[in-house]
Amino acid sequence: MPKPIIEVENISKLYRLGSIGSTTFRESIERWWLRFRGEEALIRKIGTKNSMIPSDDPQVGPEPNTIWALKNVSFTVQPGEIVGIIGRNGAGKSTLLKILSHITEPTEGQAIIRGRTSSLLEVGIGFHPELTGKENIYLNGAIHGMRKAEISRKLDEIIAFSEVEKFIDTPVKRYSSGMYVRLAFAVAAHLEPEILIVDEVLAVGDLCFQKKCLGKIEEISSEGRTVLFVSHSMPMVLRLCERAILLQSGCIKTDGPAEEVTKYYISYGHSCNPTQKIWLSPQEAPGDDVAKLHAVHVLNKDKEPIENIDIREPVRIEVEYWNLQSKLHPTVVLHFINEEGICLFTSNDFNNTVWRDTPRAPGLVKATCTVPGNFFAEGRIFISVAISSYNPNDLHALAREIVSFQVIDRSEGDGVRGEYTGAAWPGVLRPMLQWEITVQSA
Amino acid sequence: MKNNKQKVPYEIIIKANRNWFYIDWRGLLHYRDLLFLLVKRDFISRYKQTILGPLWFFIQPIVTTLVFTVVFNRVAKLSTDKLPPFLFYLCGITIWDYFSRCVAATSISLISHAQLFEKVYFPRLIVPLSNILSNLFSFAIQIATFVVFYIYFKYFTGAGILIDPSPHTLAILPILLLQTAAFALGVGLWVSALTAKYRDLSLLMTFIIQLWMYVTPVIYPVSTIPSHWRFIMAINPMASVVDLFRYAFFGTVALSLKYLGISILITVLTLVSGLLVFNKIERTFVDTV
Repeated sequence: MPKPIIEVENISKLYRLGSIGSTTFRESIERWWLRFRGEEALIRKIGTKNSMIPSDDPQVGPEPNTIWALKNVSFTVQPGEIVGIIGRNGAGKSTLLKILSHITEPTEGQAIIRGRTSSLLEVGIGFHPELTGKENIYLNGAIHGMRKAEISRKLDEIIAFSEVEKFIDTPVKRYSSGMYVRLAFAVAAHLEPEILIVDEVLAVGDLCFQKKCLGKIEEISSEGRTVLFVSHSMPMVLRLCERAILLQSGCIKTDGPAEEVTKYYISYGHSCNPTQKIWLSPQEAPGDDVAKLHAVHVLNKDKEPIENIDIREPVRIEVEYWNLQSKLHPTVVLHFINEEGICLFTSNDFNNTVWRDTPRAPGLVKATCTVPGNFFAEGRIFISVAISSYNPNDLHALAREIVSFQVIDRSEGDGVRGEYTGAAWPGVLRPMLQWEITVQSA
Repeated sequence: MKNNKQKVPYEIIIKANRNWFYIDWRGLLHYRDLLFLLVKRDFISRYKQTILGPLWFFIQPIVTTLVFTVVFNRVAKLSTDKLPPFLFYLCGITIWDYFSRCVAATSISLISHAQLFEKVYFPRLIVPLSNILSNLFSFAIQIATFVVFYIYFKYFTGAGILIDPSPHTLAILPILLLQTAAFALGVGLWVSALTAKYRDLSLLMTFIIQLWMYVTPVIYPVSTIPSHWRFIMAINPMASVVDLFRYAFFGTVALSLKYLGISILITVLTLVSGLLVFNKIERTFVDTV
């Protein structure tokens, strides 16, 4: 067996939270001073009063206001493997990619990388608006480690792939965003590194171009090169990767065949995405001096907390928040997001126009949104909750993907898919619609 | 098992707290094309949507020189070692401008590219190096301007007899330019490393560079400084550079060689320490953006 192309040994990464300013400066001075005097024990106490992380958080770091974005992560990747890295937002996926791409260093541990690496953490990074398409191909290629001669050799191919031939001598600031992305991905697709690190850059461009990108990644993988692929899209991970690693709170939760890991992620991996979330005191709750979240519940039509909901049944989303003022009219906004990270739709409580114009007074407010049955497609639905006010637009509180539930289609014949029992029923929603049928001739 | 064709297996070890002296020379070499493409980018983007374009590099020093001539020579009556004041100031400004432009550009090289550095790795040192190179272009325009006036004053005015360099001293010009570049890079690397976390210093840089010009013999000759103060000139490498730059063109009395030695020593120390400090900071720079 050849040496693994990537060897990650006990990598941990500590991040300091909060903004950098005179407070952090004073704290670093205090730390140096205590270390200088040998009073290491006291160092932990610096800044405790400003700490934003509850001490029972599993990721809490050794010093106040620090957090382990990654903790003791180890794995190896063999040449030619395509590994999907999945996990919730904040599980440490991006941090891991940043370390493997050499962008930052781990706090502990090491990674050995045996091959030329290119990382695509963002498409079109380093493009300069004033330069023409062609000039940007050279610049962007060079930023990703290509030699000039290499780029010249592939120039025609890159331009053809990007489908922007006509505008190749126009400054990219005149490009439409689609053209911009196409050109950027075209460069990226021709990098030919031994290891390619990709972070969800595929969620760009039109459908046709996305397909082309996927095809290119499949082509790269079939050439025996190694790919690390971070994605929220389980179908994409399943399509591209044979192996997946699930990160949770900075640790590896499972590592194995992509099918098993994604299944695990979808069904059990969301224990940290419960159907309810409660913040007991305003101090710990997300929000500002206008509104703070208190609780979010997912309920069935009988107002019982529920995780698995029948596709035919309505779902009630209850949001409780502390309104702390009477001047602004804050509104609760719900984002419904599916497993692929697609925001299906958003809704706010101004749909209730009476409430919209009702004067506010400080106090606890409960807003309930009911999504009818026969509306969602089956699968996991995540809900992000925001409290905003409009004109001027302001975001007061935000909890991303804070609760979730599973929509189950039992295929009993009276659902949208009726008697159809084939594998997949396409579409991100599955609404039951009104159909009128008249027989025009006998 | 099939044999790998590669001569040297490419292997990178990414780990914490690598020692101070680890500098990725191999990476720098690999990315040399990027260096020139960044220079080209600077060049193209700088003159886009300007009417006069590179002419600004010509206008700016001329106007500064005229102002200096009026203020420092006519009004304040500072000595210019009997040289034509206009030529005297233009000479100092030419080399000083290169230095100040380089320092200004390199000292924000980390901050101004933070977005890029967050997303892709290449040796960060490429950026300050490209700043040093792209500013050579403005220097070229300025020195050409200077040479035109120099020829005019030397051959077409009465002051020409006072301008009397020995021909071989012109050979030190490239060395002076190299020293300026090296010192500016060293200072710039220090500043960008120091401002990675706390930005205070970057707000002060314009101010510091301006003051620095006054402790450098740009608007006055070294000969006007009392000899017991001249040691200050020695610890400021730019003092000896500016003085020698003038010496090369005018043949005026220069600082003693002792000062030159110290100035070169300080330049080397600044550059080497700047490289090490920058290299240490850039590795986790993106965490503090």
